[in-house]
Amino acid sequence: MIKALIARLKQGYRTMDFPSADIKLPPRYLGLPKLKSAKLERAAEACPYGAISTGARPGLDMARCVFCGACAKAAPEAVEFSNDYKLCAGSRGDLLITGKEFMRARTLGADLRRLFGRSFRLRQVSAGGCAACEADCNVLQTIGWDLGRFGVQFVASPRHADGILVTGPVTRNMELALRKTYFAVSSPKVVIACGACAIGGGPYAGHEECAGIPEDIPVDLYIPGCPPHPLTILDGILRLIGRVG
Amino acid sequence: MKTGHLSSFDFGASDIDVGIFFETAASRLAAGGRALAYFAVPEGAAQRLVMAVGFDRDGRVEVYSTLVAGPFRALTPSFPQLHLFEREIYETCGLKPEGHPWLKPIRFNTPGSVPGVADYFTVHGSQVHEVAVGPVHAGVIEPGHFRFQCHGERVFHLEIMLGYQHRGVEKRLVGGPDERSIHYAETLAGDTTIGHAWAYCGAVESLCGVNVPPRAQIIRGVMCELERLANHTGDLGAMAGDVGYLPTASFCGRLRGDFLNMTALICGNRFGRNMLKPGGVNFDLDHALIKELLFRLDSSYRDVEDAVSLLWDTSSVADRLEGTGVVSKQAAEGLGLVGPAARASGVGLDTRRNYPYGPYERFTLGVSGSGDVYSRAYVRWLEIQKSAELIRGWLENLPAGPLEAECGALKPDSAAVSLVEGWRGQICHFVITGAEEKIRHYKVVDPSFHNWQGLAMAMRGGEISDFPLCNKSFNLSYCGRDL
Repeated sequence: MIKALIARLKQGYRTMDFPSADIKLPPRYLGLPKLKSAKLERAAEACPYGAISTGARPGLDMARCVFCGACAKAAPEAVEFSNDYKLCAGSRGDLLITGKEFMRARTLGADLRRLFGRSFRLRQVSAGGCAACEADCNVLQTIGWDLGRFGVQFVASPRHADGILVTGPVTRNMELALRKTYFAVSSPKVVIACGACAIGGGPYAGHEECAGIPEDIPVDLYIPGCPPHPLTILDGILRLIGRVG
Repeated sequence: MKTGHLSSFDFGASDIDVGIFFETAASRLAAGGRALAYFAVPEGAAQRLVMAVGFDRDGRVEVYSTLVAGPFRALTPSFPQLHLFEREIYETCGLKPEGHPWLKPIRFNTPGSVPGVADYFTVHGSQVHEVAVGPVHAGVIEPGHFRFQCHGERVFHLEIMLGYQHRGVEKRLVGGPDERSIHYAETLAGDTTIGHAWAYCGAVESLCGVNVPPRAQIIRGVMCELERLANHTGDLGAMAGDVGYLPTASFCGRLRGDFLNMTALICGNRFGRNMLKPGGVNFDLDHALIKELLFRLDSSYRDVEDAVSLLWDTSSVADRLEGTGVVSKQAAEGLGLVGPAARASGVGLDTRRNYPYGPYERFTLGVSGSGDVYSRAYVRWLEIQKSAELIRGWLENLPAGPLEAECGALKPDSAAVSLVEGWRGQICHFVITGAEEKIRHYKVVDPSFHNWQGLAMAMRGGEISDFPLCNKSFNLSYCGRDL
C-alpha cells in the first residue's frame, strides 16, 4: 500500500489542460492542410487517393485524405500541412480545403445542446479499419486526457448512449451490427464519423467488402485523420456539444 | 526447397509432386517444423498450394508448392497448427481439405454467408447455458463474436467467431507495389503499423535485391521497439484494470501515450505511419532529436518500472494473475502459438533471435514458463526492459550513412518470405511475383492468426470472469486476422 502511495506521488498530476494555448504537437505532425497555390496538378498526380481536384474547383478533400503527405512532398509550392489539429467539420462538403477559410463544425442547435452539452454519452462502433482510431478514442479515457471532466463518456450499451461514434470503413460484415446499434439509440441522437475510413473509406476506399456508413444514418460530425490525433477527436466532440469553439 | 527468410528465390523451384508435397510437409512438421504460412494461389483453372515451414532452432525456412485441382489431403488431424490455414484455403478457393475435422468459415466473405452464423461447439445438459457476446462489445474495441459454453461460472469452451473486420486487403496488394501498398501494410493492424510495414518492406527489398543501409535498419529497430514498449505498457495497465488494481492501470494508460508521442516526434504520427518505405526510412534523427528521445525514454521507463513493479509486489494482484488462463507448452507448440503468448508457455521462439534480421544481432530473449496470465504479463515486462535497453543502445551509437537505398523492379517469377517480430509475435509476409515484375500473390499471416485459438484454450475450465483478463493478456488483433 505504501509503495502504491509513493508511486502515486512520483507519477504526479498528469491531466493536460484543454483547450490550451500551450498544446504542442510534434513538428512533423501533419495537421490541417493549406493550399499555397491553385495549381494543384502535380499534387493531384502524387495523391494515391484522388483527394486533390484541379481545374475549375481546385481543392484538397480531407474526406479522402489519409494524411500521408505525398502531395506536399511532390508539390511543396502548392500544398503544405500545418500543425493545426482542429480538423472537424459538420458536413462532408466542408472537408474540401480550398483557398477559403476552413469551416469547422458548429455546435448543435440550442435544444440538443441543452440535452447533451453537459452530459454526452457515446457508443463507439468499430466497423472495419485497423483499430488505430479506436486506440486513440480509448486514450481519451486515460488520465492524461480525462474525457469525463467534460461530461463525455463512452458507454457499453447503445440504450445508454446519446449517439454513436463510428470508426472503420463499415465492412459488409459489420453493416447490420452498425445499423442495429444505431437504431437501438433513442432519439434525438448524434452520429460521429471518426477517421478517414468512416468518412470516405480511407485506405480501403473503393473496396467492395466495405459499404460505408449507410445513407439512412445521417452523420453530424466528421473527424478526418488516419487516425485522427486524440486532440482532433476531443476538439471535434467538444465543439459539437458547445464546450469549445 | 531450402531458403532463408528475406532472400528471394525462384518460385518455380518450389514445385513438387502432389504426393511428395503432403509427405514432405508432414515429415517436416513432425520433425519440429512450424507452418509459417500455408495458402493457395490460383494458377490457370487449378490452385497451387504453398507451404512455408520454419525451423526455429536453426532459423531455416523451407518452401514447397504443388498444383491441385480438387480435394486434397488435410494435415490438420496430425498437425492442429494447420487448422485455420486449411479452413482459410477452403473458404478462399473452395478446394476441400479431405479429413479436416471442421471446416467452419473464418471470414464469412463468400456469397450468402452471414457473419457469426455457423455451426459451433455446443454443450448440452439441464444446467448448461450459453453466453453470446458481440460483435459490438462493451468497450471501445474491435468487433468479434464470442460464445461461451458454461455451467454456472465455469467455461467448457469459448467459440471465437471473427470476420467482421474483413476488408479485402491481400487481394489489393496484388499487381503492386504501388503508392497505396505501403498504406495497406501499415493498416493491416493499426497498433502494429511498424511491424507490418517492416515485413512488407523486407519482402519488397528481398525481391529487388536491395540492402537497407545500417542507419535505416537501426532507425526501423527504434520504431519497432517503441511500438512494443507502447503496447506492452498499455496492456499491463489494462490487465491491472481488469483485476481492479487502478494505480497501475491509470499510470500505464498515460505512459503508453508517452511512447506513442515519442514515435510521433520521429515521424509525426503516433502509430508510425509514413515512417518506413521500401529501401529505408523517411525521417532522420538529428542530434537534438536523439537527445530528446533519450531523455523521454529514461523518464518514461523509470515511471513504467515504478508502475509495473507494483503489480508484482501486490499479493492480491498476483493471486488473480497466477494460475489463470493456463496454456500448456504442449498446447502452445501444437497450435503454433507465437510471440509473448508462446514465450509465456515456455516456447523459446522470437524472430529477433531465431531468424535474425536488420539490427538484431546476438539478441537474447525472456521466457517465463508457466503459461498463465501472470507469465504472459511478466514476459511483457521482460520485453519492456529489453526494448528500452535496445533503443538506448541504438540511439547512443547510431551509425552514420544514408537513409535509404534505391529499390528497382522486382525480380519476376520469384518469391520471398519476410519475418518480423511484431509486439504480438511473428509476422509473416509471403510475396510471389509474376512474369511482369509485379506482385502476383500476397499472403499476410498476422501473429493473431495463430494465437486466437490460444485464447480459446486459455479459457477452458476457467471462469467467465477470467475472460477479460485472459483476453487482455493476449490482446489479439481482429483486423490483422480478418485482413
